[in-house]
Amino acid sequence: MSVRLRVNPIACDGHGFCAELLPELIRLDDWGYPIIEQSDVPPNLVELARKAVETCPTLALLLEGDRTTR
Amino acid sequence: MSDALTAVAADDTRSGHRGLPRLLAGLDSLDQVITAADHERIHGPLPPRSGPELIEMIERSGLRGRGGADFPTARKLQAVASMGSSRGGVSAVIVNGSETEPASSKDALLLTRMPHLVLEGALLAARAVNAREVIVKVSDRAGDSLQALQSAISMRSQDRMSIRVVTGPEGYIAGEESAVVHHLNGGKQLPTFVPPRPYERGYRGRPTLINNPETLAQIALIARFGDGWFRELGTIADPGSVLVTISGAVAHPDVYELAFGTPIADLLAAAGGTTEPIQALLIGGYFGTWVSYTNAAQLRLARNDLLSIGASLGSGVVIALGESACGLRESAGVIKYLAGESAGQCGPCVHGLGSIAQAFAAVADGRAYEQELRTLERWLLEVRGRGACHHPDGVSRFAQSALEVFAAEIEQHHHGRCAARNMVPAQAAAGATLGRGG
Repeated sequence: MSVRLRVNPIACDGHGFCAELLPELIRLDDWGYPIIEQSDVPPNLVELARKAVETCPTLALLLEGDRTTR
Repeated sequence: MSDALTAVAADDTRSGHRGLPRLLAGLDSLDQVITAADHERIHGPLPPRSGPELIEMIERSGLRGRGGADFPTARKLQAVASMGSSRGGVSAVIVNGSETEPASSKDALLLTRMPHLVLEGALLAARAVNAREVIVKVSDRAGDSLQALQSAISMRSQDRMSIRVVTGPEGYIAGEESAVVHHLNGGKQLPTFVPPRPYERGYRGRPTLINNPETLAQIALIARFGDGWFRELGTIADPGSVLVTISGAVAHPDVYELAFGTPIADLLAAAGGTTEPIQALLIGGYFGTWVSYTNAAQLRLARNDLLSIGASLGSGVVIALGESACGLRESAGVIKYLAGESAGQCGPCVHGLGSIAQAFAAVADGRAYEQELRTLERWLLEVRGRGACHHPDGVSRFAQSALEVFAAEIEQHHHGRCAARNMVPAQAAAGATLGRGG
């Protein structure tokens, strides 16, 4: 099953850590909010994606379909 | 396709209104509210229909929701009914009469003048999804609409079925499904990060059917006259009639009931004809799309026709822009208004729409060109799909269509000219008035 990245836009305050940790999949817009360029996370980036999810101060980054994180 | 035709032939089509009007029947001769007695006289008695029977009729009718999302109504009914039965049986029905689209007035018309038709549909739907509660959500500004509605409600209240009106603050996103449910659950009237969708867990955590008043009124007529009758008007893909609020440069701006498939040119004729040459139509309201009149005149009032040019009827709104008006200036006003209507929850919406409104105003004023225009276009793409609700998407679509349809005018404004009569580009930042109060 594929693992997908998603942002809860209400929770997101634009800290931008996710784009720093995962520039392969996330970039920031002109106002500092994440744009998910590719929501399907390739297997080699799943570990980094988990790290990004854990680092988000507002718990706004979600990894769907991944049992080991929320 | 052949199934649909067979259904028409098999159904009893002897009863029911011939041609138009259907929903608005009796309205021309009665300037007042259509009372319970009027209602019965105009539409005749309601035959008993079981829940499953009703859902099947709605399915065969091809009715789609009239609040703007075009979702097949039977599928929504079925989803709430199944969710309800698997969760112990109690669902809720919400009549979403928020009507937050500034250029629409059909919900107010239905709720103020023919509340019985809407309530009848709501009660039929409530029985079909096993709900014991119907909530009519209207805006605080509804005022005099409540009186007729309240008296209709008191006449139609039954055992084991509660019907009540709840008002909520105005605001463009206040009518969004999840915002309505959130408000009724005691929260702020703001969109939530869906899912769960209302049909799964809505009002008080119950499976909730939320429909536009017109959709419910159509259900009341289909329950009476059948799905075959419903399909006597319209096209195979878009059966039936639809309420359209027509405003702008037409002689008689008002709500009109039209058959799907009606040529767009005839639509303007229905509103008394145009008061000047028309340059473009705004189809679908503030979340809609500008279409040049040359292109629009080739089309019919039908989903696929409109979709072919990237447009949708939304909640049934058409605004005719005369040649004396400036499309850029009008659009700048609408975008400024919509940016101000952000619920303020999501960064891309708050910051993105604010910047988009400023950039669009600068382009409309002729203060910005090429590079700014490219930035604006990039922002319009970037904000899409990045809000909890579809507010940024709607604004993006609207602004994009304005840039396309009024492209030649952008260059004119850059050179300090404007094709509109008596108009200087610098007025572009003025507030939105488009189609309001018409």
